[in-house]
Amino acid sequence: MMIITRRTFVKTAAASGAAFVLPGTAPGAPAPLMRAVPSSGEMLPAVGLGTWITFNVGDDPVLRNECAEVIAAFFEAGGRMIDSSPMYGSSQPVIGYGLEKLGRPKALFSAEKVWTSSAADGAAQIEQSRRFWGVPRFDLVQVHNLVGWEAHLETLFAMKADGRIRYVGITTSEGRRHDLFEQIMRAHPLDFVQLTYNVVDREAEERLLPLAAERGMAVIVNRPFQQGALTRQLEGETLPDWAAEIGAGSWAQFILKFILAHPSVTVAIPATTRVDHVRENVMAATGPLPDAAMRERMAAYIRDL
Amino acid sequence: MSEWWTYRLEDFLLFSPRVYWRMFELHNAAIWPLHLLTLAAGLAIALLVLRRPRRHGLWIALILAALFALVGWSFLWSRYAVINWAIAYVAPAFGLQALLLVIGGAARGSLAFDRRDMTGRLGLLIMAVGIVVYPLLPPLFGRPWASAEIFGIAPDPTAIAALGVLLAASGGPVPLLFPIPLLWLLLSGLTLHAMGDPQAWLPLLAAATAVAALALRRIAR
Repeated sequence: MMIITRRTFVKTAAASGAAFVLPGTAPGAPAPLMRAVPSSGEMLPAVGLGTWITFNVGDDPVLRNECAEVIAAFFEAGGRMIDSSPMYGSSQPVIGYGLEKLGRPKALFSAEKVWTSSAADGAAQIEQSRRFWGVPRFDLVQVHNLVGWEAHLETLFAMKADGRIRYVGITTSEGRRHDLFEQIMRAHPLDFVQLTYNVVDREAEERLLPLAAERGMAVIVNRPFQQGALTRQLEGETLPDWAAEIGAGSWAQFILKFILAHPSVTVAIPATTRVDHVRENVMAATGPLPDAAMRERMAAYIRDL
Repeated sequence: MSEWWTYRLEDFLLFSPRVYWRMFELHNAAIWPLHLLTLAAGLAIALLVLRRPRRHGLWIALILAALFALVGWSFLWSRYAVINWAIAYVAPAFGLQALLLVIGGAARGSLAFDRRDMTGRLGLLIMAVGIVVYPLLPPLFGRPWASAEIFGIAPDPTAIAALGVLLAASGGPVPLLFPIPLLWLLLSGLTLHAMGDPQAWLPLLAAATAVAALALRRIAR
């Protein structure tokens, strides 16, 4: 059995060209899998772009340009959703820099968050975030980690009614506050929920993912690679031969395909600083996805490593 | 913060190690050749502490105050806070330290740098680490020279050297001057630890040594 790491896969893909055609970069290349936002029917590519840590590069001109290249590659590969938060340091102005440099790509689906314990500061913070991005309005604004959620949801639903944002959501990460998260999902007509889900962290399968389907809410999956810890842990481990059956050529694609195969999942948002990785991530949303039996086999394989 | 027990140190890290160390490279490039002046100031402090410890307490305090104000404004507030919003709350503490040093130094006969017991001598050694050893660290940790942390420019060597000088100091306000450098070194050490950086032990060791030296002096008394 051949050992394929994320790095060697990307090198191989780059070298062999035709064998690993990237979506959006060559005629006839497969387009990424699209998923519908249940509340509107709008179709979105199933892999988005997270910006936690990776886009917090401050005023560093070299790293800002690298982030702009990642955004460019993301759109070229067919991606649309970029997700950020006021909590992410300089990520918002760095996204704005990249979008400006790329001529404001029309494909952008902007997903932001409100993150302040002050109810009164919510609207002003969203406006500040909008200026950083340089967009006329956000597509989606989510209450970050449920901070001040009652007041902020009121603000967000009012903004949606006024047409100042298109969708409303809430977020959590790493399995925190799922009980409250569930209560809010049951009580409010949210368009999106964002949570952590991957082949190792599967708590969301028990209640939140079925509830999202039942309530007609789109699901954004954050930390698909456990902030890189999972892919680092798997680097050097053997990718099973049967991964080829689902078109997974790397551990990153193996993990993303596991996530995307859950019927409740709308978009996964891996974060990266590398152009080759962003292409590889979007490519995970092409080709076959595992069925339920295969997903269990995938989880067991990683568990037993 | 809800479910606080589920958070790890790494969860509070907002940036990557690459961004952190490039921040020093960019800052050094932006303010060069101010480093020569701050290093000269460090050497001047060392000379005054060694040769005129009683007469020039005010000057030593004023030089240290100016450097804390400079680091707080130019590095913490203007650069580090861009990638770490929490630093916007920390930077004013460096301004406060500068103020305390000015007040402590200006009060008639209140600050002298004349203690040469074991704690005082250890302080001089710690001061040398901050001024002389810190700029030499980058190659030891596999980083470019351009990322060097210089006394009076970067917060860690400034705080470490200040702790050393304070261990050799006597006078009423001295106890008030320890908390801010100590807390900074704790914060910096934990940040480096969360980044998985082997240099993390250095600020933590400097802070722990200063605390141990103060305890030793108290016991000896």
